[in-house]
Amino acid sequence: MSRIDRRFAELKAAGRTGLIPFVTAGDPAPQHAVALMHALVEAGADVIELGVPFSDPMADGPVIQHASERAIEKGVGLGDVLRWVAEFRQRDAQTPIVLMGYLNPIEIHGYARFAAEAVQAGVDGVLIVDCPLEESAVLQPLKDAGLQQILLAAPTTAPLRMVQLCGSAQGFLYYVSFAGITGAARLSTGDIAARVADIRAKSKAPVAVGFGVRDAQSAKAIAGFADAVVIGSALVERLAGASDVEDIATRAKGFLAPIRQALDA
Amino acid sequence: MSKITDFSVYPDEHGRFGNYGGSYVAETLMAPLAELTEAYLRLRQDPEFLAELDRDLKYYVGRPSPVYYAERLSQHVGGARILLKREDLNHTGAHKINNTIGQALVARRMGKPRIIAETGAGQHGVASATVAARFGLKCVVYMGAVDIERQKINVYRMKLLGAEVVPVTSGSKTLKDALNEAMRDWVTNVADTFYIIGTVAGPHPYPLMVRDFNAIVGREAREQVQEQFGRLPDVITACVGGGSNAIGLFHAFLNDPGVRIVGAEAAGEGIATGHHAASLAAGRPGVLHGNRTYVLCDDNGQITETHSVSAGLDYPGVGPEHAFLKDAGRAEYVGVTDDEALEAFHLLARTEGILAALESSHAVAQAIKLAREYPKDGLVLCNLSGRGDKDVHTIAAREGVQV
Repeated sequence: MSRIDRRFAELKAAGRTGLIPFVTAGDPAPQHAVALMHALVEAGADVIELGVPFSDPMADGPVIQHASERAIEKGVGLGDVLRWVAEFRQRDAQTPIVLMGYLNPIEIHGYARFAAEAVQAGVDGVLIVDCPLEESAVLQPLKDAGLQQILLAAPTTAPLRMVQLCGSAQGFLYYVSFAGITGAARLSTGDIAARVADIRAKSKAPVAVGFGVRDAQSAKAIAGFADAVVIGSALVERLAGASDVEDIATRAKGFLAPIRQALDA
Repeated sequence: MSKITDFSVYPDEHGRFGNYGGSYVAETLMAPLAELTEAYLRLRQDPEFLAELDRDLKYYVGRPSPVYYAERLSQHVGGARILLKREDLNHTGAHKINNTIGQALVARRMGKPRIIAETGAGQHGVASATVAARFGLKCVVYMGAVDIERQKINVYRMKLLGAEVVPVTSGSKTLKDALNEAMRDWVTNVADTFYIIGTVAGPHPYPLMVRDFNAIVGREAREQVQEQFGRLPDVITACVGGGSNAIGLFHAFLNDPGVRIVGAEAAGEGIATGHHAASLAAGRPGVLHGNRTYVLCDDNGQITETHSVSAGLDYPGVGPEHAFLKDAGRAEYVGVTDDEALEAFHLLARTEGILAALESSHAVAQAIKLAREYPKDGLVLCNLSGRGDKDVHTIAAREGVQV
């Protein structure tokens, strides 16, 4: 059983909603990237989504785009991200890590080489935003190495295609809660509830809901019907500008603690 | 790759040109792209739609554009005869309108009252604003804040045509950031919005659709050259940024093995300096803006900044069909520097009385090089994709002239 599958099984057994924070690797401070990951776990993260910086993040909003730009400015690349995961694994063998990003950095690194290095480092899954199911033949070396491909589903996904996605989902299915981009401030809970119920009925994998989740209140609203909640832009925004390791950890915990509480209440 | 003899069958149903093309986009874009693909594949075989398009190309754009034998330029060069396909004579002064008029007609047929576009130098923005006015569609153009400052005249043109120009302040505040912003708009407003992409890049079906709308350039030229000279040209050339005017010229000739095909990319200050935009000549296969193609990127896979004196060629990727033609050995892609393009600009102006766009001047420079390789009765066909009025300030500034 993969680390991701085991984690969701544990959550289900405990009757808890998972908390999946997203941070851009190397932002706000590359030298504290590993410390930040540990802080996320201490604040109650069940799975960590680690963004691999890319120069042209087409599907992300300005907050995550800027975080990517800051990290790239500081020289952060895929090799650093893998090194940080390996370092994180020295102290944490339990928390699943999903690398989230775009295809080009992996393509240039080489699929087979990336697959071997990622597994070696302790990565559990990849969510490649611009690699839909139709194009994912290139990811075969990753699957062969045991990395799970996390798929996205959207409100615009057609019914037939949704069945396909649900059938192919590994680890968890990431439902983007509206048809915009990451970090926008619109969320109709009723709509999401109905769609997610439908998807959960079809999907063998658990369903995580993200895009537009900003605080304890919006997270709590989703907790009623999702297996996990993903929080990205709002957290990245809170961390932006911090450089001191204490400050980074305090901000991460200060942001996530009320959300964890709300999910568990 | 085994020898390909029929290039007309590409792309396949997934939008793939061999290893290139495809739909590398987020899940949120899959449905809008499927809707567009379905509509476009139907329309491209619909005689009524095609007749409507032909009417507008004839009476609104002013097609066919002539093939002109540049006799004085040819004599000056002292090689083969240089023929110019005069896309600069189209309404709005470039080939761009061939595509925007086609996509606006698709938008109207799909019942989308709002069109959006991204623009770098402003040419595609102006061409989109033009057809929006022509068909009574609302038009929003995304443009990098830096580009808005550099291209004030085109911004004003778009506004005169009734378009809203939205400044993009993220990233490098240039074309690629405008493109990201336009994608975001499309994903959010897809119910009533059609996204007009300006080149043969992006996810399927854009490389196919934009190529189809520009392919009239090569279809006309192939007939016109045969009519005037009784045979096909020896070699054809065009400038390649995203590659829409080039694929437009090349496509009708792909299955003519006797016709050599050469694309001229922007070598900027020289490929060796790193300051260029020659994705095919100096890049490597990667994935950018929804398709697999040649890209300019570093070893971390980050897309690199490009340079060209010509804003229209200043792009770190290239249409996937060009990547395919390069690997298949059907077309060659070579670099033309800023200085070579400017020299060609001046030479064409003085020998023929034609001010070419800086983009097109790269093709003219390449045509001059090719003419020297062929005997005097040889035929070199060059796509003069746009007129240079928009560039006179850039040229004056570069040459230290106060206008």
